[in-house]
Amino acid sequence: MKEKPVLQVRGYAKRFVLHEQGKVIPSSYDVNLDVYPGSLTALIGPTGAGKSTVLKGIYRTYLPSDGELLFTRENGETLDLAQADEHQVLELRRDEIGFVTQFLHFLPRQPSEDVVAQPLVQRGYRQQQARKLARDMLAAMNLPERLWGISPATFSGGEKQRVNLARGLIAKPRLLLLDEPTASLDPKTTDRVVGLIENLKHEGVAMLAIFHQPELVTRIADRVVELETPTLNETLLEEIA
Amino acid sequence: MDKVLKVRGLSKRYGKGCATCFDKTGPDFDSNICPDCGSVVAAHDVCFDLYAGEILGIMGESGSGKSTAVKCLYFDQEPTAGNATFYDQGQQFDLFSLNKAQQRRLSNQRFGMVYQNPHLGLNFDISAGGNIAERLLMSDVDNYAQIRQRATALLSRTEVLPERMDELPKNFSGGMQQRVQIAKALATQPPLLFLDEVTTGLDLSVQAAILDLILEIQQQLQTAMIVVTHDLGVIRLLADRTLVMKYGRVIEKGLTDQILEDPQHAYTQRLVASAL
Amino acid sequence: MSMQERFGFLDEYAKKEIRRSALKAVAIPGYQVPYSSREMPMGRGFGTGGLQLTLALIGRGETLKVIDQGSDDSVNAVNLRSFIEMTCPGIDTTTATEEADLIQSRHRIPEKPLREDQLLILQVPYPDALVVVEASEDKRKLLHGEGDYSRLLVKLYEDIVKFDEITISHRYPTRIDDHYVIDPSPIPRWDVPKLDNAKALVLLGAGREKKIYAVPPYTKATPLAFEDVPFRVEDFNDEQGQRRACARCGCTTSFLDEYVDSTTGETVYRCSDADWCEEQERTNTVAGRTLERAEEPSSHSDTAEAVNG
Repeated sequence: MKEKPVLQVRGYAKRFVLHEQGKVIPSSYDVNLDVYPGSLTALIGPTGAGKSTVLKGIYRTYLPSDGELLFTRENGETLDLAQADEHQVLELRRDEIGFVTQFLHFLPRQPSEDVVAQPLVQRGYRQQQARKLARDMLAAMNLPERLWGISPATFSGGEKQRVNLARGLIAKPRLLLLDEPTASLDPKTTDRVVGLIENLKHEGVAMLAIFHQPELVTRIADRVVELETPTLNETLLEEIA
Repeated sequence: MDKVLKVRGLSKRYGKGCATCFDKTGPDFDSNICPDCGSVVAAHDVCFDLYAGEILGIMGESGSGKSTAVKCLYFDQEPTAGNATFYDQGQQFDLFSLNKAQQRRLSNQRFGMVYQNPHLGLNFDISAGGNIAERLLMSDVDNYAQIRQRATALLSRTEVLPERMDELPKNFSGGMQQRVQIAKALATQPPLLFLDEVTTGLDLSVQAAILDLILEIQQQLQTAMIVVTHDLGVIRLLADRTLVMKYGRVIEKGLTDQILEDPQHAYTQRLVASAL
Repeated sequence: MSMQERFGFLDEYAKKEIRRSALKAVAIPGYQVPYSSREMPMGRGFGTGGLQLTLALIGRGETLKVIDQGSDDSVNAVNLRSFIEMTCPGIDTTTATEEADLIQSRHRIPEKPLREDQLLILQVPYPDALVVVEASEDKRKLLHGEGDYSRLLVKLYEDIVKFDEITISHRYPTRIDDHYVIDPSPIPRWDVPKLDNAKALVLLGAGREKKIYAVPPYTKATPLAFEDVPFRVEDFNDEQGQRRACARCGCTTSFLDEYVDSTTGETVYRCSDADWCEEQERTNTVAGRTLERAEEPSSHSDTAEAVNG
């Protein structure tokens, strides 16, 4: 029997309406893709093709301009993320959809092991247990132990990225979105991350990812979707309206 | 998730008012003063829901009406129109139709409020510990040792040195006064907490520490919060969802990251672009 | 009507209003009833509130006792008593608590427990217990109405923090019938328990502040305290922990006043309640004679000397 995708994107488009400048900037146009449980779909295409925009639209950081984002929940129910209300999205972000962006957001004084533990704590794990799992994850990421008790504020880009990844991967969400997760990592750590991603596949996590290195796409992507730069040029606000 | 608060059509007008007040004020008119009668429409038609454990940010510049809405909910002001329902322990309270005594009881025991100006939230004639004791005593705790213990615990939680708990607030720095306010607001473990520009005017490092504290406490106690601020950084750090207000109207609402990264309204776009 | 013809100095309207206010006060235990306090021929602060209550309530053939800090002889007590006698022809006066129908008192409740048929009227300077924590009368009324005495309790809390105990000595805030908290007037802590479940009606009048309030008979009167820091009365122990006795009558169960003896210069303790002290003395003397007579058969001559000596 054909397995049902966790995420089905149909006709997704995103345009930015900039009132001050009086312009409409197209970013993504007519994107269609599927993501299945336990597999990774990679998004490829030139810069400006709107790859990050797709991820952000799914996560609702961007409001989709067009299209459907059909997500199948843990309980089997399907909903269109583009139409979901704010509370539903917050719930999904907490329990079922994860996003590893290129930026690390954290509380000013939290040590990195607590930053990583946080998604587990939010799901009801006890602080002690969550911290232990966080430490395991940071070790897997090759982050030196002396940094675990310190806030990531003073970390290098690569160190921050490892904390970011650790936090993203630790909770094993139903759908994981990854935006250039290995961009600032050395080859050894990149390999570790690849290993962790494979593990997640075995655990049934569905993943949609953007990689900056084509070899990685070849290595771990089960499906590849290519995006093109939108053919629609920038249009003046009045015309679209 | 359980709903904690439902607000519909909340409006507050100062002045005698006329038929055109609401139609001729707002962001489209660049003013909240009625051209016909001079009344000030501080807030109009504010609507939102708040769920347990959520932090809602209300953001706007001066004159946006953000504080007004919260003051009405906390009973510091009476609204001109609208209704608000508070859901608590299986009961529903229609906030604006309660009498003063009921309102006071609710705000003493089930709400917490932290003001920008500590003089509004603290009694400067009694010690820090005494301020917390006062709140506990209003809710019928009558064992001295228990009061002392709880006050100590709360002040430790908000990182006020226990050795200083018997000092008067006037001896504390601004940041510490805010911490005492927060401890006092949390004394009765309220399910709903209002924070009105609580870090405005404090040094940056102090701000960071207090915001940090608020978030930690929120994670532990799952208190629903409404955070009023003009500072985007505070919104980004604390709020799950945000309302953007201008000249008394809510011009945009959504998830905080969406508001900050994909603002829809022209004014919001301008606000976000001008953040330092 | 001339003053000779008018009983009780006040006109009938004034008396009627005071009586109505007093009834309202009894009906709402501990509630401060505002009344139209008249100008009396003595300055405010000298007991005009208590006086107005007495004048409105005393009747011909009744017996009056007036005390000030327990003494019938002080200037104020004497003046008040003379004035009432003069304006209420047909009343009797006494110094014996037992004989009085109506007792007007400043700052003390008699040691001898009062009966159901007696009335105690206390003179009050400040009726409102909340005046120390809230300056606005409007706000105080709200606080009383909602039974919110948290600010008073905080004051007690701060006392305990600073001094390990509650340091209020007189005017101790007392909750009546589990609702309103009153200022029971500057009676010492010693007297507060006498209000609880008393047989007599206690009326309190503040002339300057224009308020009348009451502790009805058989009504709960609980001084404010904490569950774990209970209310306590004055102890009259010396440095060795021994309870002091009255130098005159030897009583060890009454409230004592501290004097410096003008001739010897030493500190002396005597019963504050003059009538009580006299009664103790009488009883002791009688008892003394009875005791000695009982011992007579064994040592006749010695005893006779003792009695006559």
